[in-house]
Amino acid sequence: MSIRVMKRIVWKIALLLLGVSIAPVAASEAVVRNCTWCHGTSAQGYMVAPRLAGQRSLYLETQIRAFHDHVRDNPFSKQYMWGAVAALGPDAVHDLAAYFATLPPRPANDGNRSLTAAGRTIYMEGIPDANIVACYACHGPNAEGVRDIPRLGGLAYSYLKGRLEQWGQGYHSVAGSPMPLVARPLGPAEIDALASYLSFVR
Amino acid sequence: MRSLFTIARLRLRDVDLRAALLALILIAAGSVAVHGDEGVVAVRASGGFEAKLEYCKTCHGLSAQGYRGYFAMPRLAGQQPQYLENQLRAFTERRRTNPIMANVAHSLNPSMIAALASHFNHLDPRPIGGAPHGALALGKRIYEEGLPESNVAACWACHGADGKGQNEIPRLAGQLYEYTVGQLTGWAKQRGQGTAVDTSAIMAPTAHNLTRSQVEAVAAYVSTLQ
Repeated sequence: MSIRVMKRIVWKIALLLLGVSIAPVAASEAVVRNCTWCHGTSAQGYMVAPRLAGQRSLYLETQIRAFHDHVRDNPFSKQYMWGAVAALGPDAVHDLAAYFATLPPRPANDGNRSLTAAGRTIYMEGIPDANIVACYACHGPNAEGVRDIPRLGGLAYSYLKGRLEQWGQGYHSVAGSPMPLVARPLGPAEIDALASYLSFVR
Repeated sequence: MRSLFTIARLRLRDVDLRAALLALILIAAGSVAVHGDEGVVAVRASGGFEAKLEYCKTCHGLSAQGYRGYFAMPRLAGQQPQYLENQLRAFTERRRTNPIMANVAHSLNPSMIAALASHFNHLDPRPIGGAPHGALALGKRIYEEGLPESNVAACWACHGADGKGQNEIPRLAGQLYEYTVGQLTGWAKQRGQGTAVDTSAIMAPTAHNLTRSQVEAVAAYVSTLQ
């Protein structure tokens, strides 16, 4: 076990004890701590839990609702998020989404560097002959997202790769999303290149 | 013979048989496209057509009703086939500036373009909505009467009383508010580029003479037309 991981665990235990010892904390603080337990203390993401910092607030709201209504149904969503959001009321959802959207995001920088040029070309231009659309049209020139369309720039390589694979595996997210169509013509090489490129975008 | 029979059976299974027959009649009359009707039938019967159609709908809305991404992607449903064909040529010939659509249009051959344009013309989803409602009355007045004091002609004179357009003149009915605003305010920078003759020149003075708030009013009004 590395020193870094040990430090993280000690830090979390300390936070937990702090939470228990100061009984009357504001509800939103307690709820935020429930999120950051998995998503990282500064919400930059950790392991399978994606970064929430800097994510579009409307996107966070629609995803929380999709977990709540059991619409977003990939394995980790079922295992962790269905339960995690079950008790959240509409106000709490709105406040949490607004809070995490204001935190400054840091790029994961954990993709394959040699694939970033290929990934950028697919992101900006698509591959029209293969019916692959340009991500840029919806997610924006810097992969910053808008409204309920998520920021992709700087998310972790493994998260981006998993999400792009899941659209083709029959999992659902939000009704009416064009993403199942978007992902259908993407092969493993294209997904690898896109996830690599996006992990470095700030 | 065998392949012709197969194509005929495929066509009969098509739920949109009436629309297809109409398209064939129009093509035979030479009023839709200069391309041979065998080309269109062959394209529509092939797997490539369905895949390309999905490709278009990925961005332009799952019913071609338009879509709000980072950019506003226009409604294609009900659009005039000649307008769509002319615009796709304008992207490849760089008469119309759009980095994404230039690449997209390059991957389409004339038979595919004719088949897609005919298909979109026959779709009729409800307008996507979402425009501000404050200036609908002004928009309606501009659409029906123009602004004589600003040298703006009544829109309906060319785009039709119902906003459906004709030939190379586009349908405006149900178009995304943000898209129409973007086109009218950016006309001179996006359309009629280069030295080639381009029908977009007709709209240039009108787009120039409309103020921003007048553009917003007329864009909101046409977005509500069914």
